[in-house]
Amino acid sequence: MKRLAVLIACLSGPVCAQDSKSVSFDKRSTFDLMKPETQAMQRDDASNPAMLWVQEGRALWQAKAGSTDKACQDCHGDVASMKGVATRYPAYSAAQQKVVTLGQQIQFCRAQEQKAEPWTAEARPVLALSALVGLQSRGLPLAKTGPAEARAVAEGRALFTERRGQMNLSCAQCHDDHAGQSLGGAIIPQGHPTGYPIYRLEWQDLGSLERRLRNCLNGVRSEPWPSGSSENVAVQTYLRERAAGLPIETPAIRP
Amino acid sequence: MAAALINVQKTVRKGEIIEIKTLMAHPMETGFRTGLGGQLIPRDIIHRFVCTFEGVEIFAADLFPAISANPFIAFTFMPQQSGTLTFRWFDDKGGAQVETARIEMV
Repeated sequence: MKRLAVLIACLSGPVCAQDSKSVSFDKRSTFDLMKPETQAMQRDDASNPAMLWVQEGRALWQAKAGSTDKACQDCHGDVASMKGVATRYPAYSAAQQKVVTLGQQIQFCRAQEQKAEPWTAEARPVLALSALVGLQSRGLPLAKTGPAEARAVAEGRALFTERRGQMNLSCAQCHDDHAGQSLGGAIIPQGHPTGYPIYRLEWQDLGSLERRLRNCLNGVRSEPWPSGSSENVAVQTYLRERAAGLPIETPAIRP
Repeated sequence: MAAALINVQKTVRKGEIIEIKTLMAHPMETGFRTGLGGQLIPRDIIHRFVCTFEGVEIFAADLFPAISANPFIAFTFMPQQSGTLTFRWFDDKGGAQVETARIEMV
């Protein structure tokens, strides 16, 4: 009877709503919500289309570029040395005096070290190198953020819990309060960025976390944050903090 | 056409059936979508895939616009001898991507 009372209380609404400031549920990767066929596609590298980008990334890693005629491997050595790097991004960069995503760091390296033509923010080579670097950390847990990222995390949390768009919804209302429940036939994921860049079947393409955020913002009829803006990076930093401890799956498949 | 990934075991025993998995990077543009200006984006798909073993065709497939980008094709084969597998993808732009893989009978 007591159980029934709790159930009724839950069904009647806001009692069940969780405190949006902290994620109190068990953290689960969106991988767990996928169909077995899609999970199998991700588990087998031979059937994961994102591996095409990884292969491209490997070629880029060794390719000399820019006026200094340096390749990534001339400074970093074999790409295996990048193990664990993706667990720490977005991260504060002292050289750039701001928190940057892995993609932005790759671009910075390209401009500073190789002195090469910059790529556009979500260009194929950036995604390819991000996928390659991310793959080196596969299975390692996402690291907690440090004091240098604290401001970005706080800003990101504020944006995450702020209502926005014509739908007047915050990220937290779906991904904290109603994660695991249905939205138009799909289950709302907790929204942990464990597999970026992801190969999304809907896109038929590899895409960044920024692209995924743009997708959600369009969904609530909100103006997406400009590419590479501080808001965008802040939310990504908060998501990293929120997902800390979950293993990296890069490059993941998502429906 | 850019890159292909081929996954096939390097050695095989007599009578063993092997699975061959191929992934091809290709946009598979259907020809039905419109671009920013409202004009149709011309069709560009891989329309045929052929795999030969020592010159003998062992698997072929016709592909159509409903097939998604970066097509994944997997099939099985029982080799009788050592030899080279040759994979060919033909697309609408008249290009053909050719890849090979060697199998040794042990």
